[in-house]
Amino acid sequence: MKSIAVLAVATAVLAACSGGGARSADGRTVVTVSLDPGLEQGAVDAFNARVARFESANPAIDLVPREYEWDATTFTTQLAGGTLPDVFTVPFTDGRGLIEREQIADISGEVAGLPYAGKFNEEVAKAGSADDGRMWAVPIAAHGQALHYNRTLFTQAGLDPDEPPTSWEGIRSAARQISEKTGQAGFAMMTSGNTGGWIATTLAYAFGGRTEKLEGDTAKSTADSAGMVKALQAVKAMRWDDNSMGANFLYEWGTINQDFAAGRIGMYVSGGGNYGSLKAQNAMKPEDYGVTALPLTGGPDAGVLGGGTLAAVSAGASDPVRAAAVEWIDFYYLEKLTNEDAAVADAKTTADSGQAVGSPELPVFDKAAFDERMTWIAQYVNVPVEQMTPYTDRMFDQPLVPEPTRSTQQVYALLDPVVQAVLTDRGADVGALLSGVQVQAQALLDRR
Amino acid sequence: MTAPPSLDAAQPVAAAVQPAVPVRRRPRRSPVTWVRGGGLGPVVFLLPMLVVFGLFSWAPIVQTVVMSVQETNLVTDPTFVGLDNFRAVLADPLLWTAVRNTLWFAVLALLLGYPVPLVAAVLMSEVRRFKGLYSTLAYLPVVIPPVVAVLLWKFFYDASPGGVFNTLLGAVGLGPVPWLQDASTAMVSLVVEATWAAAGGTIIIYLAALTGVPPEQYEAAEIDGASVWGKVWHVTLPRLRGVLLITFILQVVGTAQVFLEPFLFTGGGPANSTTTILLLIYDYAFANSLGGDYGSATALSLLLAVVLGILSAVYFRLTRSWSAS
Repeated sequence: MKSIAVLAVATAVLAACSGGGARSADGRTVVTVSLDPGLEQGAVDAFNARVARFESANPAIDLVPREYEWDATTFTTQLAGGTLPDVFTVPFTDGRGLIEREQIADISGEVAGLPYAGKFNEEVAKAGSADDGRMWAVPIAAHGQALHYNRTLFTQAGLDPDEPPTSWEGIRSAARQISEKTGQAGFAMMTSGNTGGWIATTLAYAFGGRTEKLEGDTAKSTADSAGMVKALQAVKAMRWDDNSMGANFLYEWGTINQDFAAGRIGMYVSGGGNYGSLKAQNAMKPEDYGVTALPLTGGPDAGVLGGGTLAAVSAGASDPVRAAAVEWIDFYYLEKLTNEDAAVADAKTTADSGQAVGSPELPVFDKAAFDERMTWIAQYVNVPVEQMTPYTDRMFDQPLVPEPTRSTQQVYALLDPVVQAVLTDRGADVGALLSGVQVQAQALLDRR
Repeated sequence: MTAPPSLDAAQPVAAAVQPAVPVRRRPRRSPVTWVRGGGLGPVVFLLPMLVVFGLFSWAPIVQTVVMSVQETNLVTDPTFVGLDNFRAVLADPLLWTAVRNTLWFAVLALLLGYPVPLVAAVLMSEVRRFKGLYSTLAYLPVVIPPVVAVLLWKFFYDASPGGVFNTLLGAVGLGPVPWLQDASTAMVSLVVEATWAAAGGTIIIYLAALTGVPPEQYEAAEIDGASVWGKVWHVTLPRLRGVLLITFILQVVGTAQVFLEPFLFTGGGPANSTTTILLLIYDYAFANSLGGDYGSATALSLLLAVVLGILSAVYFRLTRSWSAS
């Protein structure tokens, strides 16, 4: 009974807390907007200054900042309870699912009216668009997956940190060397909280595989594709033949970042722009950090899994709130990508508050606009740019492949135990495990 | 119109069962006299409890039953799906993995967690000095916030040769043990921590019960030449049996609802080896950041409640017969 009571109280309380926008006493439209939690006072002041600037330009709108950061474990409850701010951000992974379930507001009409509406990078735009192409959520940042490595461990292992591996054989060899020479994990991998599926899918893409195939309106699970099998076999070889993957096989995003920054991991795969988080949350020493492009080895189908951030509007928002919310998205998130003054002000604020400026990212619009913005903010860039060139020199040349669009998180969740089994069970049969996932994933896709 | 024969036939019977002494009827009380007689007072005092229970316990339980037959994401309108959620849960292969894991946890917890507090309490009741100190030390883990305790133990369970436990084992030529990082050792590791965390509370209960054992019985046993073990077997355990049964059943019910340890230590891994029923319910509801399968979560919650209800009924039956013996 305790379990029922706990679950039911949680859902009932959350359901009771739903909101949907209102008007202030002076008749202005109230819009709650997201403010990153834990910011330095300078950054909060800068945010408030931008809010004030927006309000003076839009006197009929009253913005109310609310602390919010997307987190897989709390987002569900906030979404279900209607306690999200009117404007919030989500990763690309969640975009299509939220749109399919109509859990965010349809702002496609308002977005279509923006001057740059048709100029989004085509692949990037897909993450926030419905099947019919209408944009329900606005892409505000994009990145591709990359291989992060610890330069200090490379040096200690006798490897050249300026020449990181460019093939999976090279990664395996470097991992073995790091493990033998330093005693730390040469290569580590996320496995928990759906991140195991995320990284396994990344590796499958790099080996030329996919996890789903769309045929018209139906989706076919290909979780057991040859690319996925090869990828997991490569991981298995590093784990069991070389013993170069350390002793922790239950990593998720936060804990793997922590151990990487602490110098316990030689290499791991994550988003190319991860340096900002590593510095802000894990005190990553800039001199330790290196990042390079993921080796692609599966022929013409091999690609880099893309990701990014979308700005969305709460499903319960009224018409005026929705319109005001899109105004804010345009002003706050996109102006700094398209307007020099806004770009410079944002970079200066970020740098002044000690956060990273200039972490690798992919263009939300076209590359020319991206390059132009980089010249605007050049004087504020504070990341070790030289150490990122193995990645930044190649990131635009690698084919970017979007994440699977159907039941993405559920399929990732199915792949988590497979990755864990590969890393913890010497006798794990990769093919059999993936066949099981394929059947379950297909059932999920059919149920949609 | 004549009355049916059966009615006539019934009349003598009715007359036969008439009580010899006339029933004393209570005078009918009007609401006003009920209020004047102080009837409102208990209701007023009950009201806060009724409101709190109604809002936070009974209404959510009713809501749970409703949601178990719906498909809902709590944002758009729910759809009635009948028993589909129950069918989906029962067809989920992970359910039986979770049931097996929960039973395995319960068995390990009984084997390890049940005797440890009892032995500790008996030993502590025998010591003459520093009894308070031992009680405090035993109870200390209970006052440590569970999340902090798990974080500490995660540190101890570091599977690398440099981990705390592995360093200790290494000193005597053993290990390293993968602890949480291997399906064969993960559950045992969880049970060890859970036992450490919960034993203090049970020890205090046993110590309290042991104070109720008359010293004369021990003295009589000693005069009869009983050893320490003999005293425990023939005096202590029989006197504690009521408490032992209650703690046994409480432990069984508690372990059936184990959540904290697998959630914080392993997230159900490696490869679902520590996914328990409650963790599965949580995963149904909350693991998917897009809003979970609340219908399946509530359906499984209800199924678990039914099983635990049956278990509780058996428990009451057992305790009654035990008490009567």
